This record gives sequence, C-alpha cells and structure tokens, in this order.
Amino acid sequence: MAEAMKMRATMEGDVVDVKVLIQHPMDTGLMKDKKTGKLIPAHFINMVVATLNGKTVIDAQWGVGIAQNPFIGFRIKGGKPGDKVAVHAVDNLGTKFDGEVVVA
Amino acid sequence: MKQKLITILALLLLGASFSVYASPAKDRAALIKYYKKILPDIKFHDYIYGALAMNPDAKAQYDDIMSFPPYGIDLDKGKSMWETPFKNGKKFSSCFKHGGKNVAGNYPYFDNTAGHVVTFENAINACLKKNGEAELEYGGKQMGLLTAYARSLSDGMKVNVKVKGKAALAAYEKGKKYYYKRNGQLNFSCASCHVQSAGKFIRSDQLSMMIGQASHWPEFRGGTKITTLQDRFKQCQKNMRAKPLKANSEDYNNLEYFVTYMSNGLPMQTPVFRK
Repeated sequence: MAEAMKMRATMEGDVVDVKVLIQHPMDTGLMKDKKTGKLIPAHFINMVVATLNGKTVIDAQWGVGIAQNPFIGFRIKGGKPGDKVAVHAVDNLGTKFDGEVVVA
Repeated sequence: MKQKLITILALLLLGASFSVYASPAKDRAALIKYYKKILPDIKFHDYIYGALAMNPDAKAQYDDIMSFPPYGIDLDKGKSMWETPFKNGKKFSSCFKHGGKNVAGNYPYFDNTAGHVVTFENAINACLKKNGEAELEYGGKQMGLLTAYARSLSDGMKVNVKVKGKAALAAYEKGKKYYYKRNGQLNFSCASCHVQSAGKFIRSDQLSMMIGQASHWPEFRGGTKITTLQDRFKQCQKNMRAKPLKANSEDYNNLEYFVTYMSNGLPMQTPVFRK
C-alpha cells in the first residue's frame, strides 16, 4: 500500500527534517457504529520504525491515543542529501505500511 | 424661477441615474481603496492569505504546513474521482474547456439563457447529469474533495468573473445586498466584520478582508475538514446567530457571484490549509 503513506525529507541546517503522513482509521475499539450500534473493532498502528540508511533512528510503540491519518514529524542528526529515510509501520491486524524517501 | 426648477429637476434626474448604475468595477475599486487606507501594510497580492497576511507568525506556520499539507491523502481521493471514467467512458475533463485546466477562475458566471448564476459545483453536477450519472450533494464531502482537485487544475489562474448585461447585474446587486444586509440575533452583516472591521480582532483571531476571500476554495479547515465556500457562508451565519441557508440556494449563489467578483485579478490557489 504505497499510496497509504506520504513522506518528505529535507535538510534544515545540518539536520534532516522528515514528515510522514499515514492513511489509517486508527479505530480505538471503543467507538460504536452510529447506524448499527455495534462496536467498531480496534484497528490501530502499534509499531513505527524509522531508519536512516538502514540504521534505526526511531522505534516507537503506539497505542490508540493517536488520531486518524497520523502525521509524524521528526528530525535526524547526521544525515546528508541523498540519504535514504524509510518508515515502516505495522498495525494490530498485521498490515504493514512502508515508505521510503531520499533526502533532498 | 421656472427655469431654476427645471435645472434642479434635471440635476436630480442625472444624480439618480448615476446612483442606479454604480458599476461592479467601481464598487471593487472603491473597496480596494478603502482596504489600502485601513490596512496600508498589506499588498494587494497578499489579500489571498486573508487574516494570515496580518500576522507573520501565523503566515510562517501556514507556509510550513503547506510545504507538506496534511490533506495530501484526501486530495488524492478527489483526483481519483476526477479521473475515474463515467459508465459511458467519458470523464469530467470532457465537460470543461482545456480538459478542466485554467477554467475554474471563470466561475461563477451568469447564464443568460437559464437566467441564474452558475457555480463551479453546478457545472460539475450538470456534467454528471449529462453523462447519466447521479448528481453529488451540494456541500457534501464528495463534492468538496472532487472540486478541491478540479479547482487545483486552475492554480495560478487569475480570478476572472464577469458581470455583463442587465440580468447579470441584477444577480450581482442581489449578492451585494445580501452581503450588506444585517441578519441574525447579533444584527451583523457580512460587511460588519469583513469591511468595517477588517484587520480587527474577534476574540483571538483577526478578521479577513473581503477581497481575496474567494480565490482558494474549498479549503481544509484544521488540515482535514473539507469546507466549500458556501459551507463557510453557513459557518459565518451561525457565528452571527443567523439561520444559514442551504448550499446552492439562489441567495448563496448570488452572494458567491458577488464575493468572487471582488476577488478578480487575484491568483487562484486550491486547496489550502486554514485553522
């Protein structure tokens, strides 16, 4: 699902500024469907790993407290133009989301 | 004595004829002059940023957000709607000149045969009807996302609304009247805020000027909530404790005609982020 993730990485001074947008419902499992009255099963991203040239820079465990279509922004020291930044996310149903971008 | 009376009468008649035919171009020039006077620091081409042009901090945040907009995924949905063929194999681009590029700035226009204002949303629905598809709901999310992408094809085009002919002028005047008419429990008109008090604070937010308000719709409020121009009219009227009209009602279309005319000459940019 390449289109489910949008990424951008630019140099800001001597750090790499990365912004990521993931398309995901982030259902908590506590909300009810207004029409049927039944609970919407939990469906959320619970792991996000970001790498710079294959080296892990972020390893995050997420819960349900993050809004729909999560937006992640972070900065990495020691990057340079041409480096590859990759983000790998997994949700509680095992769906994988991958994105990669070259630092501009 | 008699001659004097006739002269006065003639002068009165002349004056009356001048006031009846105040032209849209004059209205616009007068407003631009007025805004130059009350907001001397803001340049004409910055009017598209509305209240952001008055606050450098907010503008910097806006620029940062716009460099990687949070609505990117939603806009892709609009793009796929625009590019999906109808059942008869045609696409939306077949209904518009140049395949839909650089056309949105001409809307809304006055259709002399139909005798009413045609907005871009009307044109989209007319296209759907012509090709035997179900029309979209005005002010709905689908219409918002579709027009967000369709109008983005006209980015950079100058707003170019024309008021020609008696009927068109009447529609313009109706829109103008609506803009200046007080309504709601707070007894505000659109102009109370956006003309008389433009640049002043309303709680923590500054009020935008009317010129430039119509060049960037629909917008994503808060980054994700798609909002068309007529949705915004409704929100404004709710704030005025007035009862909003329905999207695509005649009054709103005339109002859109008037407000968009006032943004003539400013570049289109769609969609944009607003808080």
